[in-house]
Amino acid sequence: MSSNEERSRRASIRAAWLLSSPALTILMIAAIGPLLIMLIYSFLTPGKYGNVEWKFSTDAWASILFTRDIFDGTLSLADANLTIFWRSIKLSLLTTVLTFLAGFPTAWFIATRPEKARNLWLFLITIPFWTNLLIRTFAVGEIIRKEGVLNSFLLNTGLIEQPFSIIFTDMAVFIGMTYVYLPLMVLPLFAAVDRFDMRLLEAGYDLYASRWQVLRRVILPIVKPGIVAGSILVFIPCLGAYVTPQVLGGGRNMMIGTFIELQFGQGRNWPLGASLSMVLLIVVTGALLVYVRALGKGAANG
Amino acid sequence: MKKLMTSVALLLASTALAHAEGVLNLYNWGNYTSPEMLDKFEKETGIKVTVTDFSSNDEALAKVEAGGSGFDMVVPSANFVGIYVEKGLLQELDHSRLKNIGNIAPEWANPEWDPNRAHTIPWQWGVTGTVVNTAVYNGDINTSAIFLDPPEELKGKLNVVPEMNDVISMALKYVGSDQCTEDTEALKKVRDLLVAAKPSWVSMEYSTIDKMVKNEWAATSDWNGSAMRQRLQNPDIRFGFPKEGFPIFMDSVGILKDAPNADNAYLFVDFIMQPENAAMLSNFARYANGIAGSDAFMDADMKTAPELIIPEDVKDKGYFLKVCPPKAQEYYTAIWTELNK
Amino acid sequence: MAERRFSVTRLPGFNTIALLAFAAIYLPILVIVIYSFNDSNSLASWGGFSWRWYLTAWANEEVQTSTIRSLVVALLAAALSTVAATMAALGTTRRAKFRGQTLIYVAINQPLMVPEIVTAVALLIFFAWIKVATGYQGLAYLVLSHTAFCIPFAYLPIRARLEGMDATLEVAASDLYATHWQTFRRVTLPLLAPGILAGAMLAFVTSLDDVVITQIVKSPGQETLPTYMLAQFRRGITPEINAISTVLLALTIALLIVFFLITRKKD
Repeated sequence: MSSNEERSRRASIRAAWLLSSPALTILMIAAIGPLLIMLIYSFLTPGKYGNVEWKFSTDAWASILFTRDIFDGTLSLADANLTIFWRSIKLSLLTTVLTFLAGFPTAWFIATRPEKARNLWLFLITIPFWTNLLIRTFAVGEIIRKEGVLNSFLLNTGLIEQPFSIIFTDMAVFIGMTYVYLPLMVLPLFAAVDRFDMRLLEAGYDLYASRWQVLRRVILPIVKPGIVAGSILVFIPCLGAYVTPQVLGGGRNMMIGTFIELQFGQGRNWPLGASLSMVLLIVVTGALLVYVRALGKGAANG
Repeated sequence: MKKLMTSVALLLASTALAHAEGVLNLYNWGNYTSPEMLDKFEKETGIKVTVTDFSSNDEALAKVEAGGSGFDMVVPSANFVGIYVEKGLLQELDHSRLKNIGNIAPEWANPEWDPNRAHTIPWQWGVTGTVVNTAVYNGDINTSAIFLDPPEELKGKLNVVPEMNDVISMALKYVGSDQCTEDTEALKKVRDLLVAAKPSWVSMEYSTIDKMVKNEWAATSDWNGSAMRQRLQNPDIRFGFPKEGFPIFMDSVGILKDAPNADNAYLFVDFIMQPENAAMLSNFARYANGIAGSDAFMDADMKTAPELIIPEDVKDKGYFLKVCPPKAQEYYTAIWTELNK
Repeated sequence: MAERRFSVTRLPGFNTIALLAFAAIYLPILVIVIYSFNDSNSLASWGGFSWRWYLTAWANEEVQTSTIRSLVVALLAAALSTVAATMAALGTTRRAKFRGQTLIYVAINQPLMVPEIVTAVALLIFFAWIKVATGYQGLAYLVLSHTAFCIPFAYLPIRARLEGMDATLEVAASDLYATHWQTFRRVTLPLLAPGILAGAMLAFVTSLDDVVITQIVKSPGQETLPTYMLAQFRRGITPEINAISTVLLALTIALLIVFFLITRKKD
């Protein structure tokens, strides 16, 4: 490597850090830094009335995977924790898939509008989400509840004989979360689709590719960064979702977010809450890196 | 120009002065403070009260304990008053500065959790019980069995308010034990009871009024003030005082040690002990207060509300929630996690 | 790009799905608007047409100040986080691999990966030190914490846009002796604009909805619309909130139409 190349490489790295520094500074002050407090807390003893006592303990970490049965003292796999983790992951995955299935065509639709109208459509998809989350979730409940809008419509038009009842089930949570998180999928997808050079499609068709082949071989690889971004933005916040499981699921089944919240609230076990969230952080970071590496490879180097 | 500058400077200085003299910060449960009462207080004293909401005792305690909160007064529930005192967060009240202190009703003047009202004075109180739509079920509603061992008619139409300490302590009473017990036999019974009952519960939600009024649910565990509001909109609804035992809560207002405006806080605390002002609080929040003579100023529908008057025969069944020791708390959380997993 | 052939960009079923998605998104909004005219105390049972909740909201100072506070915090947080995120995206995308790149990527996405309550409690403790030391109780705490968790929401769409964005134009620009700044201002930024717009909108919406962190971090009197609603939650939320939402919606749409007409005339 010539020294010239080396010099420009160094300059590029310096520029990278310099450009990232405002974001990193804000995050260090208001997100990552404070999290170190939580890391310390996870190794302390729960205080009598919440908070922590400054006595070292690894109980919080041990009790994530194994619980001592409170009644007979036997050690066993923490089946409640695992059930809650699994439910959250399942629902979040399903939501991510459905938001993609609905969001990709939507993003495509917006990106293929005439240039002038594109921003207008983009706003149209975001405006509903300026309305408060809680009130929107209530409105979804209003539509899907037993005597709700959808049921009356379907009954009146004779499409169904019996009203369906899905409110207060996981199904309702799934529908609600898809609704709530849809823009998080559409916007990054749009950002990626919009820079897609449509002439590539012509090229594809000229080479006698079928629509499916064009979609799979030409479109998807190029919009991959958008898919990566969208799935991250939907999947991870879903894991910690609180409002939707509470309002539409009736709050009967905990998700990770609610479970950790319990430890900081009525459960009065801050160290456990802290260690649980550290585990979540590690698992999600790991999954994120694997996912980004696997999916983003082709595009990231482009 | 110079003149303008001076007047602006004067204005700034004067508002700064007013800021220091005429403000008060109250940290209270959301939607619990009568705005009319605050207006009246401001008119009489010139002090502007800013209310900031919290949504649980744990949240409020964490925030006050962290320090630098900037609040003057906080309104914890009975079981949390002792914690605030133990942690040295509340001022001891100088009763000589409270000329209305004698207005506190005798039964609330010396509670076990704040002897002689040394730190707090009453805000509102209520009980947790059962709320049932009698058009659906007209059996005995004065029992926790409504949600712990529900009758056939109510299964699948039942909500439980997810207040862990309420639910588990009521279940403990139901199996003949007591709150904060460390007796594993009783705790096991409670766990089995709750796990068996849960399939009959359609939801575990705080927001109950709409769903009860609209008949989406036929019964719920709930607070009595909420029950009264439901009955006013749907006459079939009744409130039950479980004979096995029911939790009483009393929220009380105390002045924080680091209160920036402690003098104003004394004025406020004294103010709400005047019967007509206490009644304004009740008329807004729809719960009873602990001030003697405030009944006379209450709305007509509250004076006669059966939800707000504990019947004589179950009076001794009410209990104040305690703060359980860590071991018992651990049992509570384990059962709760098992129930909601 | 101007002569895009409709048949080429059309994918079977896509338009139908997209229009259905739009309909699905607006259906709950329609319900909210209709119920804002509801003459009953509850969100869900219809009690006849009435303007009363608009009048109630108009007279309710608390609801207005908290709405304005929400908007102010969201605008500031969206602006700050979008600027920081755009810079970070430019710094971390389209460069040769270097050590620390992954670290930056993970750090930027960190706010997504921890449940809000954890960040909230950590911030509570951290800010309490500052509050005790300085006595400052202003809005900066909320703006700062919102900016932090908005960064990944702004960063990801911008990065998605930037990744693989054709660098030839920028190279051409510098070949024509444009300065770095000119290249950025005249070439990169316009190309990046849709990503920035998408990111800024996501950040804005995310800040507007936040309740957990706001509830814990807020100083005395700093209610936002979501924390105000949280307070109403246990006693049942009234259509007052629908009325506020409808007004905001109408204002936004009106502004949008004006904006759209102006930009159209200009061309």
